[in-house]
Amino acid sequence: MTAEKHVLSILVDNQPGVLSRIAGLFSGRGYNIESLCVAETTEPLVSRITIVTKANTLGIEQINKQLNKLINVIKVHELTGTAYVEREMALIKVKAKPENRAEILRIVDIFRCKVVDVGLEHYTIEITGDEGKLAAIMSLLKPIGIKEIAKTGIIALYREPK
Amino acid sequence: MKLTGAQILLKTLKDEGVDTIFGYPGGCVIDIYDELLRSDLRHIFVRHEQGAIHAADGYARASGRVGVCLVTSGPGATNTITGIANAFMDSIPVVIITGQVPSHLIGNDAFQEVDIVGITRPCTKHNYLVNSTEELAQTIKEAFFIASSGRPGPVLVDIPKNVVQNTIEYKAPKTVKLRSYNPTYNPNMKQLHKVVELIREAKRPIIFAGGGVLLSKAARELTELARKTQIPVTTSLMGMGAFPGSDPLCMGMIGMHGTYRANTSSGKCDLMIAVGVRFDDRVTGKTDTFTPHAKIVHIDIDPTSIRKNIPVAVPVVGDCKITLTHLNKLLDETDLSDVQKKRKIWLDQIEDWKKTQPFAYQQGAVIKPQYVVEKLYELTRGDAIISTEVGQNQMWAAQYYHFDNPQHLLTSGGLGAMGFGLPAAIGAQIAFPDKLVVDIAGDASIQMNIQEMATAVQYCLPVKIVILNNGFLGMVRQWQEFFYEKRYACTLVEHAPDFVKLAEAYGAVGLRAQKPEEVEAVLREGLFSPKTVIMDFVIEREECVYPMVPAGAPITEMLLV
Ligand SMILES: Cc1ncc(C[n+]2csc(CCOP(=O)(O)OP(=O)(O)O)c2C)c(N)n1
Repeated sequence: MTAEKHVLSILVDNQPGVLSRIAGLFSGRGYNIESLCVAETTEPLVSRITIVTKANTLGIEQINKQLNKLINVIKVHELTGTAYVEREMALIKVKAKPENRAEILRIVDIFRCKVVDVGLEHYTIEITGDEGKLAAIMSLLKPIGIKEIAKTGIIALYREPK
Repeated sequence: MKLTGAQILLKTLKDEGVDTIFGYPGGCVIDIYDELLRSDLRHIFVRHEQGAIHAADGYARASGRVGVCLVTSGPGATNTITGIANAFMDSIPVVIITGQVPSHLIGNDAFQEVDIVGITRPCTKHNYLVNSTEELAQTIKEAFFIASSGRPGPVLVDIPKNVVQNTIEYKAPKTVKLRSYNPTYNPNMKQLHKVVELIREAKRPIIFAGGGVLLSKAARELTELARKTQIPVTTSLMGMGAFPGSDPLCMGMIGMHGTYRANTSSGKCDLMIAVGVRFDDRVTGKTDTFTPHAKIVHIDIDPTSIRKNIPVAVPVVGDCKITLTHLNKLLDETDLSDVQKKRKIWLDQIEDWKKTQPFAYQQGAVIKPQYVVEKLYELTRGDAIISTEVGQNQMWAAQYYHFDNPQHLLTSGGLGAMGFGLPAAIGAQIAFPDKLVVDIAGDASIQMNIQEMATAVQYCLPVKIVILNNGFLGMVRQWQEFFYEKRYACTLVEHAPDFVKLAEAYGAVGLRAQKPEEVEAVLREGLFSPKTVIMDFVIEREECVYPMVPAGAPITEMLLV
């Protein structure tokens, strides 16, 4: 059985230690976390955690069940295989020599992202999108010279039926 | 009503029906102990915090009620870890109350501060740090609810010193409702109809019962199921007593040291009804070859147990007792008139395996451990509560003592923690002052919590300790004999105390048997004494436990005597 990517959206009690219970479950049982995002929801007592993991069918079944077993986990949605939107955000610091500046701005324009910091030798670009879009811009900026990048990991929500 | 945190704690414990606490004092729980002086809660002062948690665990296993243990911060708390992990692996309901340094010092590496909530996160069902006296009563109530509901387990509550010292206006806790925790008790009836169909079709069915049957107090329902369908029963170590050991349908234990008929029938059966088990590797051996011809029905309250290790044809999530009650009812509406006739070939076959490959040992000039356990069974008529240590002693106890009743075998199944038996026996004796409680021990294991002899003697607990003394770390030595060409690395116990003198030093009775003909007399004298007794049986040094399935091999491939 091959391991595939799964996006889990988990509602949890917003309390100290809950993230560590979840992270501990993954490390203790040998599951892997590819990315993880956490923030409060509109309900202050509840947080949403979005985890991307790789697992085979039996593995993801166990991950689901084990997460549900944690007392502080309110609900686990497996988004993979359902209709959902996902976004990731990145800040990319590129080398911006005078001869490249125009090219960089063109790319920024095409991807509809923006420059949030300008220096003598660099631009910092903010981009949001799905994994594919982020990978695409990265591959265009790489030859110009990426100095540093910070990425958020995926956040996702299921689509309401139309 | 104004109460201190300590008073609220004890009041809440009493409201939960607690009558006994096993504990050990220290700086961060001194206020609780001070309050205990004025309380009618019974406190059992152990001699090591591991003793406290194992005793609370033994109390819970024997009585079916939540065991409670109370220890101080730092070293007091860390000393309980083995016992917490042990209760966690075997799903035993215990509540562990740990003192913590005052709230304002937490995180500052204060004297005797450890992050016990962090340390025990992976080995508790849930745990809490109490932030204020206002939260205390509700937290304790939740802890009991979580520990004892669904699949039970240990819950730890860490209470800072200022929280027990503060005085507040007491408000009774509300009934517990956790939106994130709703165990499924009632089975899906559609699934049960499928089970009935499978039972009707099966030619070679077996039932495999585990600790979950005992935890949900479903032994009666399981027995009814087996008898009415004439399906033979094997149990895991944790499931012993779920079905009467002396019933002709009982095949004994399955797995690494299981009976020939239980292991062999698992290889031949066409249906396995697994109830309250988790398919531990000591049971399944090599998983791909486990029950190659069987459809498996798996009944368990914990969905994570299902399909974790073994593929299952019919999963049923539900409480064992409720589920078996429904199943029995459905079967009552089913025509089972020809079941006796239908099972004959299969039951005859199993009987044949029993006759040709029984548990066996050879008597000689030296005491055989199996003989000691057999005699113990005879003399107690199978009615004693037996705790065990870990190793060969544990397996001989499981093989040669037959458990007709649930909650009579207290053994560290999942964790296999040496040192469990004596404190667990103490806990059981507290729960049942009038019952005979016997710890079947190895000479090495017993030394891991031997200090609890003082506890037994102090509280006049007539616990009996049967040491099967081979002068070896017997089970490890057996592996070295079989798989490491008898290279006995560090398994020869080169220096041991004189257990008779040791018993006497603690104020208990010490007896010894060195020849087979002395065994019965020593047992008689020891068992019928009103005191705490150590019986030291000097046994055949290199006796092995048979059958044995090498780790990771199919369980149908047993090394036989
Ligand atoms: C706390 C702990 N340490 C180590 C082990 C590994 N172990 C399993 S059985 C065993 C030997 C036990 O010897 P003894 O108590 O004399 O029992 P016997 O097997 O001889 O009956 C050991 C060391 C264990 N199970 N628990």
